[in-house]
Amino acid sequence: MRNDDPNPKDSKDQPDSSGVSRRDFLKISGISVAVPLVASPRMVMAAGEEVPVHGPGKVPMGFTINGKNYKASLEPRVTLLDALRDQFELTGAKRVCDRAECGACTVLMDDKPVYACSALAIEAQHKAITTVEALTQDGKLHPVQQSFVEDDASQCGFCTPGFVVACKAFLDKHPRPSAEDVRRGLSGNLCRCGTYHGIQRVIAQMAEKGA
Amino acid sequence: MTDYAWPDAEHRTLIGKRITRVDSPVKVSGQAKYTYDVHRPGMLYGKVLRCPYAHAKVVSIDTSAAEKMPGVKAVHIVQGPGANIHWAGDDIVAVAAVDEPTAEDAIRAVKVTYQQLPYLVSDAEPPQGAAQEQGPLSMDDIDDMLDNQVPSQQMVSQIQQYGITAKPTEEILKMLKSDGATDAVLDAIRAATVHPGAGTQTKSNYQKAAAQTLGDPDKGFADAEVVSEGVYGIPVITHCCLESHGSISEWTDQDHLFTHISTQNVSGIPGQMAEPLKIPATNIRVHQDHIGGGFGSKFSPDRWGIYTAELSRKAGGKPIRIMLERDSELKVAGARPSAYARVKVGAKKDGTIVAWQSDSWGTGGPGGGGMPPIPYVFTIPNQRKQHTAIRNNIGPARAWRAPNHPQAAVITMCALDDLAAKLNMDPVEFFGKNLDITKPRQDIYREELAIASDLMGWKQKWHPGGQSQSGGMARGVGVSFHTWGGRGHSSDCDLTIHPDGSVDLKLGSQDLGTGTRTCILMVAADTLGIPLDAINLQIGDTNYPPSGGSGGSTTIGGVSSSTRRAAVDARDALFAKVAPALNAQPDQLECVNGTVRIKGDSSKSLSWKEACSKLGAMPLTVRGKNPDRSKPPDLTNSGVGGVQMAEVEVDTETGIVKVKKMVAVQDCGLVVNLKTAESQCYGALIMGISYALFEEKVMDPGTGRMLNADMQFYRLAGLNDIPELVVHMMTGKGYDERGVIGLGEPPVISPGAAISNAVANAIGVRVPFLPLTPDRVLAALGQKAGA
Ligand code: FES
Ligand code: FES
Repeated sequence: MRNDDPNPKDSKDQPDSSGVSRRDFLKISGISVAVPLVASPRMVMAAGEEVPVHGPGKVPMGFTINGKNYKASLEPRVTLLDALRDQFELTGAKRVCDRAECGACTVLMDDKPVYACSALAIEAQHKAITTVEALTQDGKLHPVQQSFVEDDASQCGFCTPGFVVACKAFLDKHPRPSAEDVRRGLSGNLCRCGTYHGIQRVIAQMAEKGA
Repeated sequence: MTDYAWPDAEHRTLIGKRITRVDSPVKVSGQAKYTYDVHRPGMLYGKVLRCPYAHAKVVSIDTSAAEKMPGVKAVHIVQGPGANIHWAGDDIVAVAAVDEPTAEDAIRAVKVTYQQLPYLVSDAEPPQGAAQEQGPLSMDDIDDMLDNQVPSQQMVSQIQQYGITAKPTEEILKMLKSDGATDAVLDAIRAATVHPGAGTQTKSNYQKAAAQTLGDPDKGFADAEVVSEGVYGIPVITHCCLESHGSISEWTDQDHLFTHISTQNVSGIPGQMAEPLKIPATNIRVHQDHIGGGFGSKFSPDRWGIYTAELSRKAGGKPIRIMLERDSELKVAGARPSAYARVKVGAKKDGTIVAWQSDSWGTGGPGGGGMPPIPYVFTIPNQRKQHTAIRNNIGPARAWRAPNHPQAAVITMCALDDLAAKLNMDPVEFFGKNLDITKPRQDIYREELAIASDLMGWKQKWHPGGQSQSGGMARGVGVSFHTWGGRGHSSDCDLTIHPDGSVDLKLGSQDLGTGTRTCILMVAADTLGIPLDAINLQIGDTNYPPSGGSGGSTTIGGVSSSTRRAAVDARDALFAKVAPALNAQPDQLECVNGTVRIKGDSSKSLSWKEACSKLGAMPLTVRGKNPDRSKPPDLTNSGVGGVQMAEVEVDTETGIVKVKKMVAVQDCGLVVNLKTAESQCYGALIMGISYALFEEKVMDPGTGRMLNADMQFYRLAGLNDIPELVVHMMTGKGYDERGVIGLGEPPVISPGAAISNAVANAIGVRVPFLPLTPDRVLAALGQKAGA
């Protein structure tokens, strides 16, 4: 996330009631080493709270990705991004910074954009994950994708899938975005080739159509 | 005689038009497979232990614990005990394991001890008397340069300039080759002057090159009526490709390697891997569909490309993936050399520039680096120049879009802009007055300067420095000029027309996101009179005819020319087969709109498919080549001109600079695809805003490490930093007939200088160095107030 962004994308890297964030997990992973290998989580006290500890061995996990069920046996430290890319060969989301700074790994979790590099796979269970691959239905590009094509908003294309997902989620929420909305809502994705001009046109055109 | 020449405007159906990129749909849908996305059966994952010190000797390595860990399949010592390490982050040990977490654990279990050595990571102005004249090079020096990944071109020029200390034996040359010396370097060594006995003194970090003069600088300054002095510069920045460097390598048998690699140089990779892996280049297959950025940093397999293959060999040939982590990508996989200069420049009262003097310095890491081509674009008649290269431990330099030109533009255009301010002249008038010394491109610049001024609204916006301020906001405009070569590289392609009318086109080129695929198809389809999607284009594999590396803006010239020649020859061969069926001579035929017909007579025509059926049973394949002197004319050219302008707003309270508008007016001969050419310019302006305002590889003098090796503190411009951008491509008469010239480098050269000049115009004082960060802006304002 860019440090000048006043409005971080919802739920990214935020702990929720059902688990621990990657950072919390890293904080307590020193403890987990001492825990015997068990398949189900143990409760330990960390930072004054009871938290479940999984692993350190592989844990069976199940996911709902693009409406399909996936199963894998993964260590708890594996990120959602690495699970998508290396286990399920859904390589649309890219690994670039691997620490919530660039947006190349953006996917939807229960319809909210998240950085898949900064969510643990184990926490993404029981959530509806949508990746860029699902935006194209029966070979037909989503209007946002079509606009990326026409406005030449992709050069090397490595940042593009993340941008497409971020733009789609943004436009769903702000069908007629103000400049300020764009400033706040789309500052979490970076491009090295300099396709921002094309992306600005995508946003402008989609906004005109009311998305 | 066959006419390969580019068709004129009325006869072009696709060339020069605005055509949508053919590979966008796979990119926007996440289907495009990059090297990073390749998943091979049974693939193992590699991780690398890197040296934490800027300068050290490896004392001992113990990998026994790592080797015993379950899931670890191979361990490879890259640089063993005794090796000298010249930058933090250099590769020491690589391991491969069943998954990434296991490989990470294994790396943590490796124990290495180092002897730390003194280091330098600064590129500040060399202290008085520290610089040493560069002398002839010993074979050890040359081996060091190879070790330090000094670019081949730079090595050649140093060998030519300074000579060598002793004639090497063939044995030594062979050793240099296996250490990665290119043929150009070996040839330069063979041809070098030998200075026996020289080069015994210990090397200083500061190497002073011989002074260069032109005309009579003393007289020039004596004649000058106004002299301006200043210091200008641009730091080391990184490439920061979003797809990091790396490869997936596997042995298909004992001595055949298959590698997927993220590269700008598909056809050139086997030749660089053969010697170190001790197999013939013919046994190495390279494949790449898409690449996530290169910008000059991905021509070689790199040390990590070689050891990925070595690791695979140790793991029984299994595929191994090693893609660099983000921090390593920023630390070791590409940096643009810095350049700074104290400049004195003099003019007559009427603005005629008469004299230039510069003392420049900069670093390209352990290899030092050369002087940028200053004064840039403007050949000032009287010059004196001295350059000191700083060898330090920041990591190796690589070509970064338009090597040395952005540096030269900042040093030159900012110094000249300050001179214009001292003369109380509008820079557009001042530069316009001196265009005669930009020969041979003075007419192009004149035309472009007028267009750029209009598009910027320069006349309304320009005020003398520091005089457009209100409410703590200062506005200003700036201009810069640039040039680049760009002649097409060598390129072979095979075009096949099948009897059923389908067409294959194959070449070992690559599309860096510049639109190469689309442009190749446009040339072939335009020539054959068939739609783009009637041609099956395959690139990115060593199984196809070799095409040059994509560097120096040479790709479009190379591939468009080879494709045009192949398509013309194939078309003419087809005409010869089809002519009898149309009762005509082959030279009376043309192919238009998916038909082959008698010129201008649509009643006597065959559909493309019917025409191709006349080929008989066998397909027709022709090879197109660039360059090809047997097939004139030369379809590519060299030497372009561009003018850019920037408008900025500076908050004088906070020092924050906002770019408000940028204009790029660019010539590149015959534009193949207007749409992707414009995108290339928009992208370059954006990259320019990024390096002008934000980018710097910051080294910590206390630890010798890079402080900002991530994407939060190595800041790239984001969507919010992008202002109104205006791109104007020079096309039509005077441009089209020059032939095709590359565009990758030129538009990225000027933004830094144009933005710096706009900031100087806004606040009435020069911020000497890029990036123009708030602290630097405030410091400059403070100095002005104190002055
Ligand atoms: S890879 Fe996840 S934000 Fe950069
Ligand atoms: S298109 Fe290359 S990084 Fe965005």
